[in-house]
Amino acid sequence: MSDPVQKPDTPYNFAYLDEQTKRMIRRAILKAVAIPGYQVPFASREMPMPYGWGTGGVQVTAAVIGPDDVLKVIDQGADDTTNAVSIRAFFAKTARVATTTRTEAATIIQTRHRVPEMPLTESQILVYQVPIPEPLRFLEPRETETRVMHALQEYGLMHVKLYEDIARHGHIATTYAYPVKVEGRYVMDPSPIPKFDNPKLTNSPALQLFGAGREKRIYALPPFTKVESLDFEDHPFEVQRFCEPCGLCGATGVYLDEVILDDKGGRMFVCSDSDYCEGRREEGHRGHLAGALAGAAEAGE
Amino acid sequence: MYVAVKGGEKAIANAHRLLAERRRGNPGVPALSVDQILEQLSLAVDRVMGEGSLYDRRLAALAIKQARGDLVEAIFLLRAYRTTLPRFGASLPVDTGAMLVERRISATFKDLPGGQLLGPTFDYTHRLLDPDLEGEGEAEPAEAGADPGEGPLARVTDLLGEAGLIEADPDGEAEPADLTREPLSFPAGRELRLQALARGDEGFLLALGYSTQRGYARSHPFAAEIRMGEVEIEIEVPGLDFAVPLGRLTVTECQMVNQFKGSASAPPQFTRGYGLVFGHAERKAMAMALCDRALRAAELGEEETAPAQDAEFVLSHADNVQATGFVEHLKLPHYVDFQAELDLLRRLRAEHEAREAGKEQREAAE
Repeated sequence: MSDPVQKPDTPYNFAYLDEQTKRMIRRAILKAVAIPGYQVPFASREMPMPYGWGTGGVQVTAAVIGPDDVLKVIDQGADDTTNAVSIRAFFAKTARVATTTRTEAATIIQTRHRVPEMPLTESQILVYQVPIPEPLRFLEPRETETRVMHALQEYGLMHVKLYEDIARHGHIATTYAYPVKVEGRYVMDPSPIPKFDNPKLTNSPALQLFGAGREKRIYALPPFTKVESLDFEDHPFEVQRFCEPCGLCGATGVYLDEVILDDKGGRMFVCSDSDYCEGRREEGHRGHLAGALAGAAEAGE
Repeated sequence: MYVAVKGGEKAIANAHRLLAERRRGNPGVPALSVDQILEQLSLAVDRVMGEGSLYDRRLAALAIKQARGDLVEAIFLLRAYRTTLPRFGASLPVDTGAMLVERRISATFKDLPGGQLLGPTFDYTHRLLDPDLEGEGEAEPAEAGADPGEGPLARVTDLLGEAGLIEADPDGEAEPADLTREPLSFPAGRELRLQALARGDEGFLLALGYSTQRGYARSHPFAAEIRMGEVEIEIEVPGLDFAVPLGRLTVTECQMVNQFKGSASAPPQFTRGYGLVFGHAERKAMAMALCDRALRAAELGEEETAPAQDAEFVLSHADNVQATGFVEHLKLPHYVDFQAELDLLRRLRAEHEAREAGKEQREAAE
């Protein structure tokens, strides 16, 4: 870790938290890395943004960030959604670090609900904001119970739930926050990313850290960890597929957001990962609606 | 339009400017000073201090001003500030028996040593709106009543305790747990529960306490004593063989006594529910005492049937800063997950329609 730098023109310590608190969080992170998928309790602090708005991710980022880091923050895959803007501004102000919207330029990426489309590298850390870290919570509301279930690897209830989905709907009706098993041991909530992103978790060269501030838990996937989405032999795990490419950049095989264009049922699909989409357009890729939208954007400004 | 979700940075800055304008209100009306809030909205200040877990009246008043009078927002501001403060030690337990009492009432004894001291209370006021307060008239000064006499006022529960009619206060030699430094885990000891209740949401505890009165974990409470006043706070300094006073706090303490028929190991005696809150916060202290007693169900061998007796339920949901954050986070964009649900729903509907269509065809063929 680099030495903290106290800037004289801000009354707060580097990255807001005091050094003792950051050490406490780093100890929790180290334990989490040592036991992949295990939820480590930590003494989460009150942050100047509300619980549920990324306080866990912010604390994890604050604990691992150094003055030379380059930070990217995304929410729903986009850099310019309001909460991503707010968190990026927070670190730009309290840690004076460089920020970027380009995935490949970032050393730390804090995210809510998405994994970037571009594969990550060994020199990157992906920090997830987690609302409910306990994958068993909606099956068993008591923490005292779920901790025992994890300790005994009693995950039958989860399989029963998935099986009931299939019996009732013909499909597993979980589309996001789809539970995974880490290195054959702990069942883990990958945070509410669409299950489309689940395959990106396994064997990733990047360190993946998960912070849940309100629930006071940190967990981790060290680089090159095996992560399997729960499924059945006759109902293997599947990701969402979209029937049309991105309207702006023409990308396929990426996660798309549906955008309603008018009140007559007009809609288009665009990349959820705004940086990926922009990168492709810079390279000259054009989707079937790119022209129409550029005109509308200009008219709107 | 897709462009509408872009340009967040500028929109946020503008929204915050508008907020500042709305907070100030009509500039033709003089701005509220922090001193005015401190002096004239003192019960709001007390609530923010208590649930903000930071004893600083001036900062609490500032937070109320900044939050436009939204007390939960003000509590949040104070908590976020509190995070940045270093901790340099733990005080000795305060002695509420030595309190400089401003108000002290007991509902269990008509008269008692030191008497009943009403102090500044809404009790027995008729809740009639007072048009005179529209003006800026001065209140008539209150007459100084009879001096309660020299020396501290004995606590009612201590008077009962001498006769062995009430359970003894547990000895607190061990270092108390601190949920602001350690994550809350279950089962939580009583000191940890009390800490969580002391900074818990007044409305939540009020409703839970009320539920125990209406039969969800009925515990037959009596307000043995409610007292409010100043207590001295002291700290032990290494190298000194006496405690050093740091200053004074105003606190409200509520001791409820509850019927207890006894168990295999304990004789029949009154049991206690305890509430202690910063400032003048009687409703909160009483609700806290009811909840504390309800949460002792397991310890006293009572049947656990009601929400107020369930420590995991109560403590996990009592904190309004956590609750407001998570409820309000639903305002954040969720369109990635919503898209995933939309996709699934369309698929299920398509399959449903195909099945229905198949059924009709079969029926037509028959």
